[in-house]
Amino acid sequence: MVDLVPEFIDIINALVLLSNFVVVPALSYGSQLALGALGVTLVFGILRFANFAHGDMMAFGTMATILGTWWLQYLGISLGPLPTALLALPFGIAAAAALSIFTDQTVYKYYRAKKSAPVVFVIASVGVMFMLNGVVRFIIGTDDQNFADGERFIIRAQTFRELTGLNEGLAIKLSQGLTIAIAVILVILLFWFLQRTRTGKAMRAFSDNEDLALLSGIDPNRVVLVTWIIAAALATIAGTLYGLDKSFKPFTYFQLLLPIFAAAIVGGIGQPLGAIVGGYVVAFSEVMITYAYKKFLKYLLPESWEPQGLVQLLSTDYKFAISFIILVVVLLVRPTGIFKGRVL
Amino acid sequence: MTYLAGENMRGGYGGADILKGCTVGVDKGEIAVIVGPNGAGKSTAMKAMLGMLKLKEGRVVMDGKDITMLSPQDRVAEGIAFVPQTNNVFVSMTVQENLEMGAYLRQDDFRETMQQIFDLFPILKKKRSQPAGELSGGQRQQVAVGRALMTQPSVLMLDEPTAGVSPIVMDELFDRILEVRASGVAILMVEQNARQALNIADKGFVLVIGENRHTDTGAVLLADPEVRKSFLGG
Repeated sequence: MVDLVPEFIDIINALVLLSNFVVVPALSYGSQLALGALGVTLVFGILRFANFAHGDMMAFGTMATILGTWWLQYLGISLGPLPTALLALPFGIAAAAALSIFTDQTVYKYYRAKKSAPVVFVIASVGVMFMLNGVVRFIIGTDDQNFADGERFIIRAQTFRELTGLNEGLAIKLSQGLTIAIAVILVILLFWFLQRTRTGKAMRAFSDNEDLALLSGIDPNRVVLVTWIIAAALATIAGTLYGLDKSFKPFTYFQLLLPIFAAAIVGGIGQPLGAIVGGYVVAFSEVMITYAYKKFLKYLLPESWEPQGLVQLLSTDYKFAISFIILVVVLLVRPTGIFKGRVL
Repeated sequence: MTYLAGENMRGGYGGADILKGCTVGVDKGEIAVIVGPNGAGKSTAMKAMLGMLKLKEGRVVMDGKDITMLSPQDRVAEGIAFVPQTNNVFVSMTVQENLEMGAYLRQDDFRETMQQIFDLFPILKKKRSQPAGELSGGQRQQVAVGRALMTQPSVLMLDEPTAGVSPIVMDELFDRILEVRASGVAILMVEQNARQALNIADKGFVLVIGENRHTDTGAVLLADPEVRKSFLGG
């Protein structure tokens, strides 16, 4: 007779294991996606097109932040335990905002004046995407850039094991903690801005009913300008946090476009709250489906039931397929997304 | 001299002219109603006065000043408020936010104006925190009129304010419009419910295919057998 009930300590070990490899990474990745998706959703709400250049805007802003970081490091300025990149963020945001406004004035403004169909804007944004793609690679190269400095960990796996006496360790990287904290602060700020300030309300009004907003005297150029600045700031911060967490490579940022779009659409495009929920839905799906549960199950199942394989639903090589499947299923089953956004 | 007047307006949306030299006007503290059969150019005449339509001939004069070349936004800043027939509220925003957006151009403290609008439409005060999209048709019309009044306009233009609301709601809405008139605002509206509208109108303009057919006080038009037979169903 085998003992089917796992011991208490094994359950704790299993949960710590899951937190270490699934919950913490997914929370941090989800926050990065949420910030990216917020930018996509804002641009969609105000300018009414899906901006394909958003991933490369992230790459551009992050690149500017990295250049700023290197310069600060060269000057010997640092934030102590915190990454120097945080200090360079305002520079990166300013560069990305300037570029956003430049592309708006040179590309999108022309199509707005012509009152072009949304699909024309989408295709124009694909053009902008390829241009930015080239610009970023031309300036910083195609290789990995590691620009993280300061402390690596808030808590190391080894320290955690020693503190708790458990078999499993829970490591939380500084970049992960920072990502989650900054995402929470930014989301609160953004919602305060949209709900409470005159300009934020004007943006919501413009997104809700453009004609009536014009009749109320809301200046469309100002709304568009503020939208690009916020989208660029969110993209730069999301990109920098992603780069600190993993590493910076232009091609990876181009690929991030898919999970970001999936997040925005799952949540309901045009709905800021939806972008946040969507970011976590996509991140948790991606991490949970590509995680190998062998060790986790070993803790919970009797010895004789121990799984032979890795118990991994999908290889990590296929992680983008998950975003793609989520995207297709949502568009087929509930095109408005969780929070009833617009239909693309 | 009429406060706001569109004189000999001619124009259309690219194809054939819809307005063929019609004249419409309204004075402060007065209700002017544009009536006429479908396709007479009623709404087009109003849009021309708001600047949403480019005129080939004629002009729009407000308080002695030619405003023909001003954009709709600039005319709003001059004191013209417009309530469109459809999509006239911000559905995702609360009633109070709708009113705030109406006052977007105002830099001064507009709480008093908002209080006046809550006095005029008490239901809006009760529903101030509810999204306008969740309100009934009649309540939405009240939000729409309230939003337009937030600029403290000298002219209020209404495009079929009673379209799609019940007769009871329509009567109430007309009562409120009479109250607005009493505050000295010039009111110009286009109406399908011609009989009821002419009843409260100081001035009526009967348009047919872009031209003035009859122009007189509401009471005279209602009594005119020809107008009754052709436009009011006997």
